[in-house]
Amino acid sequence: MKTFFYTLKQAFIQFGRNRSMSLISIFAITCMLLILSLFFIMFINVNAAAESVKGDYNSIEIFLLDETTPEQADVMVQDMKQQKGVSDAFYKTKDEAMAEFKARWGDNGYLLDGLADNPLPNSVVVMISDLEQADALAAHAEEYEGIEDVKYYKSTVDKLLKATKFIQISAVILMIFLIIVSIIVVSNTIKLTVFNRSEEISIMKYVGATNWFIRGPFLIEGILIGVLSAVLALAITYLLYGQIVDIIGDQVYQMLSTPMVPVGFLIYNFAWIFLALGVSIGSCGSIISMRKFLNA
Amino acid sequence: MIEFDHVTKRYKSNVGLDDVSVKIDEGDFVFLVGPSGAGKSTFVKLILRELVADRGTITVKGKNVTKMSAREVPKLRRNIGIVFQDFRLLPKKTVYENVAFAMEIIHKPRKAIKKHVPQALTMMGIADKAKKYPDELSAGEQQRVAIARAIVNRPKILIADEPTGNLDPDTAWEIMQLLNQINQLGTTIVMVTHAKDIVDKMEKRVIAIEKGRIVRDEKGMYGYKEALADSTNMFDTIAVKKRDTFRAGFRRGGRK
Repeated sequence: MKTFFYTLKQAFIQFGRNRSMSLISIFAITCMLLILSLFFIMFINVNAAAESVKGDYNSIEIFLLDETTPEQADVMVQDMKQQKGVSDAFYKTKDEAMAEFKARWGDNGYLLDGLADNPLPNSVVVMISDLEQADALAAHAEEYEGIEDVKYYKSTVDKLLKATKFIQISAVILMIFLIIVSIIVVSNTIKLTVFNRSEEISIMKYVGATNWFIRGPFLIEGILIGVLSAVLALAITYLLYGQIVDIIGDQVYQMLSTPMVPVGFLIYNFAWIFLALGVSIGSCGSIISMRKFLNA
Repeated sequence: MIEFDHVTKRYKSNVGLDDVSVKIDEGDFVFLVGPSGAGKSTFVKLILRELVADRGTITVKGKNVTKMSAREVPKLRRNIGIVFQDFRLLPKKTVYENVAFAMEIIHKPRKAIKKHVPQALTMMGIADKAKKYPDELSAGEQQRVAIARAIVNRPKILIADEPTGNLDPDTAWEIMQLLNQINQLGTTIVMVTHAKDIVDKMEKRVIAIEKGRIVRDEKGMYGYKEALADSTNMFDTIAVKKRDTFRAGFRRGGRK
């Protein structure tokens, strides 16, 4: 316990003596965490949007004109069921459609209660089992009489999924680079304190201090830098993302009919990621900077 | 206490020690002499396990140093005190703190520190300097602090690497008296030196090393004629340079 306090005290003293370099590395790591968080935010939101649209991916929706009778619709349903690559087809009334729509809007569903008429059309929903056939089926559906439109999300979803994957890969590559850079930044900062105390360390070694005892304060110093950066980055992300959601959250909702990921949820998850990154960057950095020193 | 059995240590381009066998008993006072680059430093570094022998075995206090794991090295060093030519005191710590530091970092209880540090300072005759900083002291006083630091943990062995090299003859002689006193209390002392006067006056065991081999091991004299002693002095600038790179190497943790 005494050793622990000694180590902690030394770490804070070192941090204080080396203040400008410590602050510079905190700044650098905060920046890298912010870049990372930007990518994560993009990724998480695109992913959420893609997930919500994905349900429509394997279906074609044929919107019917209001004068089209349920019998006519039933003919379409039966015809579609005969087609190759169709797993199911069913008739969906405008009331069912409205109920679904409300469900998707969640807490804001009450807004739809203000509508005098249900503006949604009746429709025939065709579930596709073989995606290769999707284009042909959509073309086939276009030929029915009494339809208003054929809605088919494939290209949208394709694009979204591609974007998700692209962002995912870039995030990983970026993360690796940023982590390496951060470790180098931390290890250089620590190296400075190590040089400042080289005399002390050499005496410690001669007197018989263990390597972990010598390393301890530097390790804590590195972790301190990492944790402070993480907290800073987290605070900035919280403020910025909160603003972004406030400003464009509603538009995004209207465009994609899916809400942005809420701030609280995002920050809660980021907190763990950032702290883990901060601590590992800090400790890796200091262990690397000490390694050569202690190998005697 | 210290035993070398056919020990060889080679560096890339030259020989450090070549098939050296020697035994230093408990309570011995041994001078290690010889020209610069002869292998004295290697000898000392091998005892401290700053270096590992290529061949042969080294036993310190009954423990085989050559087969020791890195984990055990700190334990070995706690049994060995060490004094350098350049004192190596921490300038930002007071005399008391410099000595206490050696106890703190090996987790000695506060009570023991409060008791043993003043004892060591008193024994070295610098109890009144406890609150001063190293740069307020004379060279001789600084070396006394360094010796106090080396003995405060009561090591069985004290290694002194040219402890009088930076001191004027009178002060050097005072330091020798202190080392003698420590030796009489039972500590084995190995002292590397170029100081002919001191070796001749002390009449202790002298081990002379040349080109990595022990060429003489007898009680008494420095052994080299004045001429040779002088010529070694001539090389001292080179030697100091060399040693400094060595030390810098140690600080960086490299092996030369």
